Amino acid sequence: MLDNTHSFRFFQRGPSPVVRLVFFVTLSLLLMFMDARYRYLESARSAVSVIVAPIQSLATLPARIWNDVGDYVAMQSTLKNSNHDLQTQHVVDAGQLARLQALELENKQLRDLVALPIRESYTTTLAEIIYSERDLFKRKVVINKGADASVQPGQIVMDDIGIVGQVTRVFPWLSEVTLITEKDHVVPVQVLRNGLRTIVFGAGDTSQLALRYMPISSDIQEGDVLVTSGIDGTYPAGISVAKVTKIERDPAYPFARITCLPLGGVDRHKHLLILSAQPKLPEMPAPEISVEDAKNAKAKRKK
Amino acid sequence: MALHNPNKTEIQRPVGNIFIFSSLIIAVLLNGLPWEGVALMLRPDFVAMFLLYWCMHKPMRIGIGMAWAVGILADVADASLFGQHALTYTLLAFGGVVLHRRLQMFDLRQQTTQVFGLFALTYTVYALMHWLIDGDVVWGYFLGCISSTLLWIPLSLLLQGLRQLRMGRDSR
Repeated sequence: MLDNTHSFRFFQRGPSPVVRLVFFVTLSLLLMFMDARYRYLESARSAVSVIVAPIQSLATLPARIWNDVGDYVAMQSTLKNSNHDLQTQHVVDAGQLARLQALELENKQLRDLVALPIRESYTTTLAEIIYSERDLFKRKVVINKGADASVQPGQIVMDDIGIVGQVTRVFPWLSEVTLITEKDHVVPVQVLRNGLRTIVFGAGDTSQLALRYMPISSDIQEGDVLVTSGIDGTYPAGISVAKVTKIERDPAYPFARITCLPLGGVDRHKHLLILSAQPKLPEMPAPEISVEDAKNAKAKRKK
Repeated sequence: MALHNPNKTEIQRPVGNIFIFSSLIIAVLLNGLPWEGVALMLRPDFVAMFLLYWCMHKPMRIGIGMAWAVGILADVADASLFGQHALTYTLLAFGGVVLHRRLQMFDLRQQTTQVFGLFALTYTVYALMHWLIDGDVVWGYFLGCISSTLLWIPLSLLLQGLRQLRMGRDSR
């Protein structure tokens, strides 16, 4: 009945642009809300990634070919030098490894003596970075091992020197690694020199890390090396993370401002190691009173 | 369809769907090239540019729904929130479809100023969504908006040229 009043249309155009706009905007907002809040859409994401992955690998093809060609025609002197360097490094490492084995044995005996559980070892999987961050807002890389290589979200990724990041999302053949420099990414660490426990935060906008909430009087110096403390069970203990580069102690603020640089090649290397088989820690006992209860109790007391 | 004169349909539809879709795939590919650092900051959003071009010139075929679907692909490619690119491309396509008559009246230089407004809107919405969820804004991100606008004339000329080429080949 209302249709008669409309002007005559040659073509069936479907709903008007405004209707479509409202529909798709609502759909997008809904999807974003669900993704940000509940992370329900990971399976849909990996389904769509099957379509996108070939396009992405095609996009990185020229760079890969360029690299391969570069590798092939590498100068002999370069190869000789790098071979020499590796040999020297190998000798040094072998010596250290022998010492490490002796220490491990000694450590085991000592731990047996005091009846502490032995620190579990972990295995590593080698992976290669295929895309770096495509989005200015994020510090992420995509590596070429995914669910097919039994990578799981939450696994730690390191290079030969230190921690690089953490696997945050796993696709069928790829997985996404969030770098430790991502804004508000935290790693529980310890100062190697004196065992001071703290937490290192990613700065987000630069390739730096920050130690927040460290009192001005805390014993920390420039050049201190931070290693993972192993507290919380996500990161294995004793892997180097960062080096303190700058400390500002301003008495106007309760906390010192400490910046660190990551030791691992967070922005440099192409090959990474994924650590697996991180042992599960026993569950943390539930706190006696939760924060909510405490608040309620306080409110009641006021009344 | 078979009863129609094929030449007539050629004149009516000089741009094949394959051409449009392959151009969009190339746009996703260009966005996916390994841009880094300052280049990443200056990178124009090729997908947005191609979408806007087609929304302006072929609003009957590439519209809001298509833009949304491409946005979902872009979200997966960029590992951004599901729907973040989709939302911005939907707004962009709406602008393109609603204004397509007006935009086609202008010449390319005048179009550029109009197109800048649309790009600025989409970039702002994207940054706003990011700010709402993660609470920080990367100002360098907006440089991409300017480079996208600056590349509008070359892109239009290129696609126009490619379409002419196809029309010339088909009419023979």
